[in-house]
Amino acid sequence: MNSVDSKPATSSLIGSEADSQRTLYPYVTGTSVVGIKYKDGILLAADMGGSYGSTLRYKSVERLKPVGKHSLIGGSGEISDFQEIMRYLDDLILSDNMWDDGNSLGPKEVHNYLTRIMYNRRNKFNPLWNSLVLGGVKNGQKYLGTVNMIGVHYEDNHVATGFGNHLARPLLRDEWHENLTFEEGVILLEKCMRVLLYRDRSAVNKLQIAKITEEGVTISPPYALKTFWNFSAFENPTLGAEGSW
Amino acid sequence: MDAKAGDLDAPHSMGTTIIGVTYNGGVVLGADSRTSTGMYVANRASDKITQLTDNVYLCRSGSAADSQIVSDYVRYFLHQHTIQLGQPATVKIAANLVRLLSYNNKNMLQTGLIIGGWDKYEGGKIFGIPLGGTILELPFAIGGSGSSYLYGFFDQVWKEGMTREEAEQLVVKAVSLAIARDGASGGVVRTVTINSEGVTRKFYPGDTLPLWHEELEPQNSLLDILSAPSPDPMVS
Repeated sequence: MNSVDSKPATSSLIGSEADSQRTLYPYVTGTSVVGIKYKDGILLAADMGGSYGSTLRYKSVERLKPVGKHSLIGGSGEISDFQEIMRYLDDLILSDNMWDDGNSLGPKEVHNYLTRIMYNRRNKFNPLWNSLVLGGVKNGQKYLGTVNMIGVHYEDNHVATGFGNHLARPLLRDEWHENLTFEEGVILLEKCMRVLLYRDRSAVNKLQIAKITEEGVTISPPYALKTFWNFSAFENPTLGAEGSW
Repeated sequence: MDAKAGDLDAPHSMGTTIIGVTYNGGVVLGADSRTSTGMYVANRASDKITQLTDNVYLCRSGSAADSQIVSDYVRYFLHQHTIQLGQPATVKIAANLVRLLSYNNKNMLQTGLIIGGWDKYEGGKIFGIPLGGTILELPFAIGGSGSSYLYGFFDQVWKEGMTREEAEQLVVKAVSLAIARDGASGGVVRTVTINSEGVTRKFYPGDTLPLWHEELEPQNSLLDILSAPSPDPMVS
């Protein structure tokens, strides 16, 4: 199996020098990813923003990607590191296919592989600056897990990264239940994404929802959510207290 | 000179405005020409649009040294690749080579790059590679310190499938607007247009650019204004 640390057979300029590289801070970042289990599989949602500090610089970044036949990944954090993780995963899946033995890596295995990569990089003080959501279905078994840049990993019926932890998970704790239909799942995720749009400065109003079932992966085309501002308290916020906000 | 006089020992940085735009048939790359060392303008006529191959060019921003060395290495690798491949390299391959260098040396490099070119498989393509080494294929890209002033402008004027003339005019107007407001951008506007027919370089000196808010028509001298038959030029 390929190991993350093996030196590629190219110039040392194109490959990384193991000891001099430490990612200190992220540059282009993606915000929250939210994921839930539902009746037929897993649903993931993420917006398409790539922020550059406080600037909403890129607005068509795909942060939900299929992995092999059985998994979906959603990435938040530094986009260049997420792109690199996709390369590792593509190599992993390729090697798995080359065995040609009828077996294919399921979401639990992919999640574990990612966890090892993230934790090992963290131990070398050179993290991949991401929080990832990994979901999938294999042989009828649904799986949803998360792993972040320090190697903290767990699985649950609903997960989120970044701001989603603070804003989406309380909503999911209240409203998630076993055997949500696809429609109920999408409405629940959209509720979470709308709150994130209102309250997360780095959110952009262009998102995708991805579905994975035993049959395979579907990623929706990009779309935008309606927002609601028509409240009397919004039109006249300082009615009771001039000078306030 | 002491450090207060413009910090002449500061590393050469191209404050810069760089732009890459796709149009119906190819791409147009544009840039300003100012390279500054702290407050001093080290080069007022730099060429920030660098050739990688016959059909792929690179716009450089950020550290002058870093962007030059990256472009030199990529040119070298692409040259070898072209020999081995037996035909022109694709824009995607050039962009990915740039990405490899930018990503794997992210702790040491401080350069944002825009790759633009034309190949027979995909036509005209623009790739943006900001700090950190993220690679993004885009219909248009803006970069450098001057680009901050152009986000709103492009949000308003950008449209798909422009003609070559529209694209070139858009790029010149945009760089010119950025120069007006960004102290780190200035000088002339250079454009490079790449399509199936080849590469065309254009040069727009500062005095050919449009005037924006609070900018005045340049004159040879006050004396010309005084001698001209216009009312009360010396009003206090």
